[in-house]
Amino acid sequence: MNHDSNPVFSCAGVRIHIGEKEVVKGVDLTVQPGEIHAIMGPNGSGKSTLANGLMGHPAYAVEGTVTLAGEDVSSLPPDEKARRGMFLAFQYPVAVPGVTVASFLRAAVSAVRGADVPVREFRKELLERMADLEMDPAFAGRYLNDGFSGGEKKRVEILQLLMLKPRFALLDETDSGLDIDALKVVARGINTAASNDTGMVLVTHYQRLLNYVHPHVVHVFMDGRIVRTGGPELALELEERGYDWLEPAAAAGGV
Amino acid sequence: MASTPTVADIGSDYNRRYGFHDPEEYFMRTPKGLSHEVVEAISLLKKEPEWMREFRHKALDVFLAKPMPTWGDTAMLSEIDFDEITYYVRATEKQETSWDEVPENVKRTFDRLGIPEAERKFLAGVSAQYESEVVYHSVKEELTKQGVIFLDMDSGLREHEDIVRRHFATVIPAADNKFSALNSAVWSGGSFIYVPKNTEVAIPLQAYFRINAERMGQFERTLIIADEGAKVHYIEGCTAPVYSTNSLHSAVVELIAMKGARIRYTTIQNWSNNIYNMVTKRAVAHEDAVVEWVDGNIGSKLTMKYPAVILKGERAHGEVLSIAFAGPGQHQDAGAKMTHLAPNTTSKITSKSISKGTGRSSYRGLVKVRKGAHGCKTSVQCDALLIGGAARTDTYPTMEIAEDQVRVEHEARVSKIGDEQLFYLRSRGIRDDQARLMIVNGFIEPFVKELPMEYAVELNRLIELEMEGSVG
Repeated sequence: MNHDSNPVFSCAGVRIHIGEKEVVKGVDLTVQPGEIHAIMGPNGSGKSTLANGLMGHPAYAVEGTVTLAGEDVSSLPPDEKARRGMFLAFQYPVAVPGVTVASFLRAAVSAVRGADVPVREFRKELLERMADLEMDPAFAGRYLNDGFSGGEKKRVEILQLLMLKPRFALLDETDSGLDIDALKVVARGINTAASNDTGMVLVTHYQRLLNYVHPHVVHVFMDGRIVRTGGPELALELEERGYDWLEPAAAAGGV
Repeated sequence: MASTPTVADIGSDYNRRYGFHDPEEYFMRTPKGLSHEVVEAISLLKKEPEWMREFRHKALDVFLAKPMPTWGDTAMLSEIDFDEITYYVRATEKQETSWDEVPENVKRTFDRLGIPEAERKFLAGVSAQYESEVVYHSVKEELTKQGVIFLDMDSGLREHEDIVRRHFATVIPAADNKFSALNSAVWSGGSFIYVPKNTEVAIPLQAYFRINAERMGQFERTLIIADEGAKVHYIEGCTAPVYSTNSLHSAVVELIAMKGARIRYTTIQNWSNNIYNMVTKRAVAHEDAVVEWVDGNIGSKLTMKYPAVILKGERAHGEVLSIAFAGPGQHQDAGAKMTHLAPNTTSKITSKSISKGTGRSSYRGLVKVRKGAHGCKTSVQCDALLIGGAARTDTYPTMEIAEDQVRVEHEARVSKIGDEQLFYLRSRGIRDDQARLMIVNGFIEPFVKELPMEYAVELNRLIELEMEGSVG
């Protein structure tokens, strides 16, 4: 991982407003291909807003610069960002009744790859990735997220990550609501994506995912800002000491 | 209406003006407007038996006496001018319409749907009929072997008068409503089907297969009888837009499912947007019989249609699965009626509607359970999807339950294409318009999967056309 001159993703001076309220108050990040960053912070600190805002959620007004593989994508709509290789795994994936996982994924894969994938080839690939994630093949025929359990939804998000092979992915609380077996499967998916050179930012407030996924960089996020950045050891320290000891840093506006 | 001759006038110069004395040679069409003379002319031309002639005349009296419905879209209803309609046009007459007169948007849709030339002209009302003779012949042979009768209604009356007389208007009497009375007075064309005991018709019967059929009529009349243990699926209409210069379509469809019989009746209605589509559809289901209405309404200006099942025999089951698409300027007022007369009967209504732009859709339903019809189950589910701020949807569900031991479920949902759904799909690279279409197609999926393959494909393509330009 020595691509320091070619980060896959970076953002600078990102501020996000929801209505009148400033929720994200100036964030800078640089992610290299295959690099895993963890953004950890207490509930309500603005982590999810950051992830959704970076992807281009229409309800959020985002200021600052977002760069994907050297190109400025700040003002692009979410579908254009996705076609250029950006991905967001949702904390609460919505249901789309009547649309099967397979037909949705085929449309998404065709859109991202810029060409229709032949049905047979697509099917083979889909079944292989589902097997990697220990998913029943019958899942392909179910309606997207419709009546799925929390764990099933998260697996389908990871399935999409593996099928779409983005350059850069934001994973929003992908570990929440998972039992230990599901957590291991999801972690395996994330590690596979990293080995395919996808740069990733994991947004989480638990340390437990990090037992299975080893981040290169850990950021502590509080009150709309990154207040501290360190290596994997920082996650362990947070697990031990909580977030309170960092409050003064947050109040001071970062390190 | 000074220019319209009075009833007496029409009668007095009929022979001179219309060659009425020799209908075969000279009769082409009735004059505009409705009168006993017009009804007489239709019946005479068809050389009908006396009872049918009388039936028509009585029905006309009922029609003239009945007021227009005071419910539904009364504003749109009041725009129907009964004096401006031609009630009968002989099928073999060269149509007045020429291809050049067919509106551009209808032609364009034919193009996009890939409708063959001959079929286009039929659908646009330019040619008198469209026949697929090769297909028809093999179908006909098979049916004849089984003893199945499949004719247009006029031929049915001529060739099987006894069966027709026994059942005609027994499910929907002329006096049922103003439009059933109108149809009873001037009906022409439609299908007549009789399936003998324990006979299963393997392929869906379609009006297309009928040879020498009258052109898909303004006032078609269909009667389907499935004898004990028989099974049949009938498909009416098509996904291509059907253009007509005559603005009123008022059909009557009667189904009779004898003990243990199954009838499915599938409709895809796509009349052009100048048509008032007033249809009365009702079935009787005897003991252990199953009747299913699969009803799709895409076109027309105003549709009022509430397919009904009278559950007359114990354990009979009735089902209505419908979708309506109301684009700008359209009102789809559709629904269902279930009448539980016998114990342990079951019914299910699933109604889905999409309103786009200024389009308006209404669900209007009635579930009735008679005292003594214990052990009945009924479920009603209405889902409405709104696209754009001006679209409108209403539900008018009515339940009249006179029995305690019944299980009733009712659920109504209205949704919009949600920002969160769109964002989710778009974050996977899917473009905004494709994402919207995907959501709409998902919404109607439970309906589409009940259609034969070629209809399903066509319907999806049609919805795609209807959705174009709906962004924002």
